[in-house]
Amino acid sequence: MSGNFTKEQICVVIGASHAGVNFAFSLRKEGWQGEIILFDKDPMLPYHRPPLSKAYLTSEDGIEKNLLKSAESYKNESINLNLGVWVSTINREDKTVVLSDGGVQKYDKLVIATGARPMIPPIPGIDTADHLYPLRTAEDVENIRNAFNASLNKRVVVIGGGYIGLETAASIKKLGGTVTVLEREKRVLERVTTPKMSGFFEQLHAINGVDVLTNKNVVSINTDKGSNTIICEDGDTFEADIIVVGVGVKVNMELAKEAGLNIENGILVDETACTNDKDIYAIGDCTFHHNPHYKRYIRLESVQNAVDQAKVAAAAICEKNPVYDSIPWFWSDQYDVKLQMVGLSEGYNDVLIREEEGENTKFSIWYFKDDILLAVDGINNAKAYVLGTKFIKDGKKIDKSKLTDASVPFKPANLLME
Amino acid sequence: MAKITFITTDNKNITVEGTSGSVMQLAVDNSVPGIDGDCGGVCSCATCHVHVAPEHVEKTGTASEIEEDMLDLNDYSNEYSRLCCQLEISDKLDGLVLQVAESD
Ligand SMILES: Cc1cc2nc3c(=O)[nH]c(=O)nc-3n(C[C@H](O)[C@H](O)[C@H](O)COP(=O)(O)OP(=O)(O)OC[C@H]3O[C@@H](n4cnc5c(N)ncnc54)[C@H](O)[C@@H]3O)c2cc1C
Ligand code: FES
Repeated sequence: MSGNFTKEQICVVIGASHAGVNFAFSLRKEGWQGEIILFDKDPMLPYHRPPLSKAYLTSEDGIEKNLLKSAESYKNESINLNLGVWVSTINREDKTVVLSDGGVQKYDKLVIATGARPMIPPIPGIDTADHLYPLRTAEDVENIRNAFNASLNKRVVVIGGGYIGLETAASIKKLGGTVTVLEREKRVLERVTTPKMSGFFEQLHAINGVDVLTNKNVVSINTDKGSNTIICEDGDTFEADIIVVGVGVKVNMELAKEAGLNIENGILVDETACTNDKDIYAIGDCTFHHNPHYKRYIRLESVQNAVDQAKVAAAAICEKNPVYDSIPWFWSDQYDVKLQMVGLSEGYNDVLIREEEGENTKFSIWYFKDDILLAVDGINNAKAYVLGTKFIKDGKKIDKSKLTDASVPFKPANLLME
Repeated sequence: MAKITFITTDNKNITVEGTSGSVMQLAVDNSVPGIDGDCGGVCSCATCHVHVAPEHVEKTGTASEIEEDMLDLNDYSNEYSRLCCQLEISDKLDGLVLQVAESD
């Protein structure tokens, strides 16, 4: 720890979710002596978001079971957590932030961990629809659960067939509703995966009684006496008591932009998560950052990225010269199926599928650019996921014919080229 | 009620008590260093890796297939490895000793 840092220094963090909270604890671990002050709009103690659309939606649990850290942990580490308060302006000149309650907080180092918010598409009638919710916060889940319990017909329409939309559909089905997913593209998960994977999930939902309909572009919503009619471009209509909107996010980067920080598809940061102001860092969903492994700038919406960038920023502020060079990973749980992904598949020109012998819900998809492994998606296949992680890291050549031969045991020694 | 002892990678003993939930959650709630629980306890991240004291394997039982696969190529895993988010707290675990595994 450099002598430059003292007890008098203040590190302010905007946003206390995966990125902000992990950052605060990492900063202490790295030896920061000064104050650490977190602000978040959300009044609840910071919690894990992934379960919101999965197990949490169907459980009776309160959010206490899903906390990122216990209330005592913040006290023990002298992390000053301010909930229900948001930052409305960053003044870089006098190094302060202005708060929603009118307060002003000085900082020496500032970390922006503002994440993203659900996008609400400009569909006529969407503002006046009844029981229409996004799914990003614990409060959203609370609203969905309450509306569901109070609803007689329990007809739920999910707009958007991405991960959050599909997970929500699976969870609500488990609660016993009638669930329809409307996806504008010609297949679900179109932006993020291959036709094989999209097909697998479409079938999985069909088997479980969820109607997943593609090529359904919602153009308006009519609401009358608590009942919504959703109208699609092709003229099809759907009745819904509850509508969940899961069509993607908008990055919370307005604060950064107004403060004159460099912005692209997110807040632009370097390999230490630093912005173009040397005293301001940005981490998590809100950042547009360089991934050295894939040699390009990306924005990621994942716990992995939030946590890893948090560690990097904490180390950088404590002058330890870290570099962000993680290989992205992600998971999704729907029904009893577990998807685990590692790497970034964009730019692939060869896809191989390995099906495990005698099991039709256990397979993996391997994305290559020529001979270079870019990414692996495993369905109920943690082994493929860990092997993929290792192979991508090591960059060794894989014997593609052995990879697709399910009789060859899944071991590094069997799959690498001599 | 179960008393569980974590031995951290720098050899500190932390003994805590829990009544329900997973051992990972108990560790996180008590700030046991080295147990991060990034995936929230769904066997997807391996940041809750521990080694069960050999004489206590009976208390915990053995790892599921997916858990084993998650640990398969981990540099620090051995026959006593578990992902402690997969260990449900019950009286059976009383007295359990877990060594927090190293990580990269
Ligand atoms: C339903 C759901 C399921 C998911 N499932 C998975 C999954 O299975 N696997 C996975 O890897 N990822 C998953 N994710 C994504 C993952 O949760 C995000 O990548 C992660 O939460 C990003 O963390 P973050 O801290 O960068 O941003 P966020 O979690 O978005 O947090 C940003 C915080 O900043 C606060 N904030 C914003 N502006 C201000 C301001 N001006 N002042 C004060 N506070 C402010 C917000 O209130 C919020 O709490 C899921 C997300 C959701 C919503
Ligand atoms: S907490 Fe992620 S695997 Fe245990």
